[in-house]
Amino acid sequence: MEILLPVVAIGGMGLIFGAILSVAAKIFAVEKDERIPQITECLPGANCGGCGYAGCGAAAEAIVKGEAGVNCCPVGGDETTRKIAEIMGVNAQKSEKMVAYVMCVGDCYAAKDKYDINEEMDCHSANRLSGGMKDCTFGCLGFGTCVQKCKFSALSIKNGIAVVDREKCTNCGACMKECPRHIIKSVPYSLQAVVECNSQAKGKETRAVCTVGCIGCGICAKACESGAITVDNNLAIIDPSKCIGCGICAEKCPRKIIKMLNKEPEIQVARKAVKK
Amino acid sequence: MLKDLLIISIGAIFIQNFVLVQFLGICPFLGVSKKVETATGMGLAVVFVMACASAITWAVQQILVLFNIEYLQTIAFILVIAVLVQFVEMFLQKSIPSLYNSLGIYLPLITTNCAVLGVAIVNITKFGGMDFSFLKSVVYGASAGIGFTLAIVLFAGVRERLESSDIPEFLKGMPITLITAGLLSVAFMGFSGLNF
Repeated sequence: MEILLPVVAIGGMGLIFGAILSVAAKIFAVEKDERIPQITECLPGANCGGCGYAGCGAAAEAIVKGEAGVNCCPVGGDETTRKIAEIMGVNAQKSEKMVAYVMCVGDCYAAKDKYDINEEMDCHSANRLSGGMKDCTFGCLGFGTCVQKCKFSALSIKNGIAVVDREKCTNCGACMKECPRHIIKSVPYSLQAVVECNSQAKGKETRAVCTVGCIGCGICAKACESGAITVDNNLAIIDPSKCIGCGICAEKCPRKIIKMLNKEPEIQVARKAVKK
Repeated sequence: MLKDLLIISIGAIFIQNFVLVQFLGICPFLGVSKKVETATGMGLAVVFVMACASAITWAVQQILVLFNIEYLQTIAFILVIAVLVQFVEMFLQKSIPSLYNSLGIYLPLITTNCAVLGVAIVNITKFGGMDFSFLKSVVYGASAGIGFTLAIVLFAGVRERLESSDIPEFLKGMPITLITAGLLSVAFMGFSGLNF
């Protein structure tokens, strides 16, 4: 009996207040586009901010308002874009999956240091300390500031160089913004060949500080049958849309810094096509 | 009678200011005081919730006393406050969406704002069985809310000025904000000399 009174009292209060609130909810109802929660449901929900909005909810609102495209989420990929496009009733343009790529392989064996850093530092402070401890002012410093920023644990440091796990990377762009040297670039997942260097220094200077830096000699550009390689500011750049993945450039490169990402059989197929 | 109410109200606004003297409701005080505009909105919402909470909790307390179940005070009061905050939230979302957006998470957090529960409980302990205790409770609640508004608006004004001033690197952000809050509190301690 004693327990009944408080239960009834609190329960009764809850009932009355609940009724008042439900009436108030009817009166003060705000018409919200029902597509917003639907789209939020489709988005990955990591709130990484890769789209440029505050979070997945904000992105969904922007999509409904028409401020953002249905493919604004770099993380979700094709599947998400397709679902959102279905909700919005538009056709999705197929977007290519992109991933981040660290444009440097000048690890602790290849690149020379001008001074020793013993303390635990981050890339920003190391970069400010007389232009970084590496002789090369373009290469990866390897303190892992990007690793800390990655919400998908796709980055790791190997031999003093940041490496992206292509399977885990969602191209959210957090590392690209964070890197003080801007050596992390967004590349297509289907990328076949890449020049793993960011050095825009002259050939002689690059040669002096790193055994694997691009010296901008242009041999690859001449060797390329499909005209995919250009040398700009002493740095060779491969246009992924033109590259057919034959691997001739990688063979001709005197510094051996063009990395083939496709498998050997695919290279052979492409090679045959070039010969014809 | 009127004199009593005036004394209660001045006491709640200045002498026993909820934020700067009793240190209740510090969370929104620090969280929503970046702009004077949103601080004012927050303050008015708190005034409304505090005044209504005082009135309703007074009635609830009468019922609790009637059935001899005063130990349910806290949970019953929290329920009342939660409902009021929910109501304010709905109202703001409908009529002033811009204020609703700028208050953000701090609006639902009024529910757990200890200043509001503090008002409700102080009302009971202070004016429990006195004459006109209902009126006194409401006046005290509204004044406490006004005191909160005064404090947060003053603080927001100071913080807006701080934005453009030259602050030493190690004090930037929260440190200087907390020091400012402390100084403001010291200033309000000066009112404690007022005696009626």
